[in-house]
Amino acid sequence: MTTVFKRTPVLKDCPTHYCPGCGHGIAHRLVAEVLDELDIQARTIGIAPVGCAVLAYNYLDVDMIEVAHGRAPAVATGMKRTNPDKIIFSYQGDGDLAAIGTAEIIHAAHRAERITVIFINNAVFGMTGGQMAPTTMLGQVTATTQQGRNPSNGQGYPLQVSEILALLPGTVYVERCALNGVPGIRRTKAAMKHAFQLQMDDAPGLSLVEVLSPCPTYWRMSPAKAMKWIDEQMSQVFPIARLKG
Amino acid sequence: MCGNEALAEAAIVAGCDAYFGYPITPQNEITAYMSERMPQEGRVFVQSESELAAINMVFGAAATGKRAMTSSSSPGISLMQEGISYLAGAELPAVVVNVMRGGPGLGNIAPSQADYFQATRGGGHGDYRTIVLGPSSVQELADCMPLAFDLADQYRMTVMVLADGILGQMMEPVMLDPKPRRQLPPKPWALTGMKDRRQNIVRSLYLADGALEELNNRLMAKYQQIQEHEVLCEEYRVEDAEIVIVAYGIAARIVRAAVDQARDEGIAAGMIRPITLWPFPSNQIGAAAETFRMVLTVEMSCGQMVEDVKLAVAGKCPVLLHGRPGGGVPTDDEVLDRIRQMTIRAGAA
Ligand SMILES: Cc1ncc(C[n+]2csc(CCOP(=O)(O)OP(=O)(O)O)c2C)c(N)n1
Ligand code: SF4
Repeated sequence: MTTVFKRTPVLKDCPTHYCPGCGHGIAHRLVAEVLDELDIQARTIGIAPVGCAVLAYNYLDVDMIEVAHGRAPAVATGMKRTNPDKIIFSYQGDGDLAAIGTAEIIHAAHRAERITVIFINNAVFGMTGGQMAPTTMLGQVTATTQQGRNPSNGQGYPLQVSEILALLPGTVYVERCALNGVPGIRRTKAAMKHAFQLQMDDAPGLSLVEVLSPCPTYWRMSPAKAMKWIDEQMSQVFPIARLKG
Repeated sequence: MCGNEALAEAAIVAGCDAYFGYPITPQNEITAYMSERMPQEGRVFVQSESELAAINMVFGAAATGKRAMTSSSSPGISLMQEGISYLAGAELPAVVVNVMRGGPGLGNIAPSQADYFQATRGGGHGDYRTIVLGPSSVQELADCMPLAFDLADQYRMTVMVLADGILGQMMEPVMLDPKPRRQLPPKPWALTGMKDRRQNIVRSLYLADGALEELNNRLMAKYQQIQEHEVLCEEYRVEDAEIVIVAYGIAARIVRAAVDQARDEGIAAGMIRPITLWPFPSNQIGAAAETFRMVLTVEMSCGQMVEDVKLAVAGKCPVLLHGRPGGGVPTDDEVLDRIRQMTIRAGAA
């Protein structure tokens, strides 16, 4: 018998706390596979966000730090500048990166920090109970937009952070992918691998992979429906595209 | 050298690997000096986008085992409080310099001692402390830096150097002999990549039942050890003193002059000068207070350290305050006047 599929060694052998159908579990696995395939587990330092993925270090078997909400790109800067030979990545949600941490991600990109950012866009604040995120879709019902997100109620528009970051000279690579089925997952893995490879090659700037990721719990959908919603709704506003590099 | 430059150079001599900061008066000389000197030494300098970012850069560098510092002044230090609390929770060593200015709000850029509460009570959320050093000359400011880095590494916590606008700007000769160093523990907890060992995790989240209480108790035990071993204070002409003034930092320089003048007038005055503001020299002040008739606290605020002095004196004698807030600096004449009035009161009592 030949083994065709196994747990990657960078992923720990334990159950996760994620809801059924959550994209975080898939994204973790992809990060783990990439670190394994690039053989950089021993020199990688990961940064966990504040959000549903705060316990990422319980699943990813690399040196990791847990940091304040939104500040990961600043922490990554401190790490990478003092340890240029290490591979530094942050793993951040859309509340973390696109709301409270907007200044930190913009300026890390602006300074062309040689780090890799995995940006999980699930259009809500998962951890605190499904409130509106900057990335919430128009009309989307959340705990704080109970009538659906409406810009005429002062709730703003979905924020396309990746497009903004792609404009900055300090980013070397920005790609948006989606965990909406096997092809999307494969593409996401390839993008992550490229983003880490760039850092290994000491490319002169920040690489970021945005991942449209299902949150069935706070989208109030079945996992299958959530995948479809990414296809039919979310990717209209957040186009799957290589935005830079 | 001005105080700000002296402390910056002293940090470099003390082996500071990385400096992160955002400009704010009256400490801009530090940022400017570091931007030149750190790269010359092959070390790291980053001008951050905010103090929030600066303290988190310190957090990142410290987590990898490097000696990292930042400096700022009052409004910037307020922004750093989130990060300082995380440093406490994650037990990471860091050095933070606060060259205080007047507040609240944007306040002014005049020298002040109004951040005493913030500095000595932790400052951010949660049960924690930072070690706080309050130098009173440019030489002492420079001497504080190697001490601050050593204390930070020894106890895995933030050490704050609390200066003020006068000390930062003042020119005085300084000797930068690297001090004899402490025996410091290794850093097996540092994030260096898990080559040849198992995963290291730096965190401050403790969700399991009782886990955070355990961390808090461990921190408190550490703080108690610091209170027992790391108190520094200077006693000046207190042996036979009846009227004793407690002052720190630049205010203590003024008080020293006033004490000398009072002695010339035949008044038995003396001074106790806390050098560590946390841990506070409560035992030293408390023991000495047995023989005092009155204590005066002189500080450049509406009265913050005076609360610690009262706790230390514990009712053994009256404790008065001469406070100058908002950038006001007491003069030696002013202090001498208070001493004379106190002599009359003490005599009448
Ligand atoms: C300073 C601060 N403000 C607010 C919070 C509360 N909080 C925790 S997670 C979170 C939002 C997380 O959303 P996101 O980044 O999208 O991650 P997700 O949980 O959806 O994966 C918030 C607001 C906090 N921990 N710290
Ligand atoms: S709330 Fe949403 S993002 Fe959080 S674990 Fe559940 S499905 Fe995942």
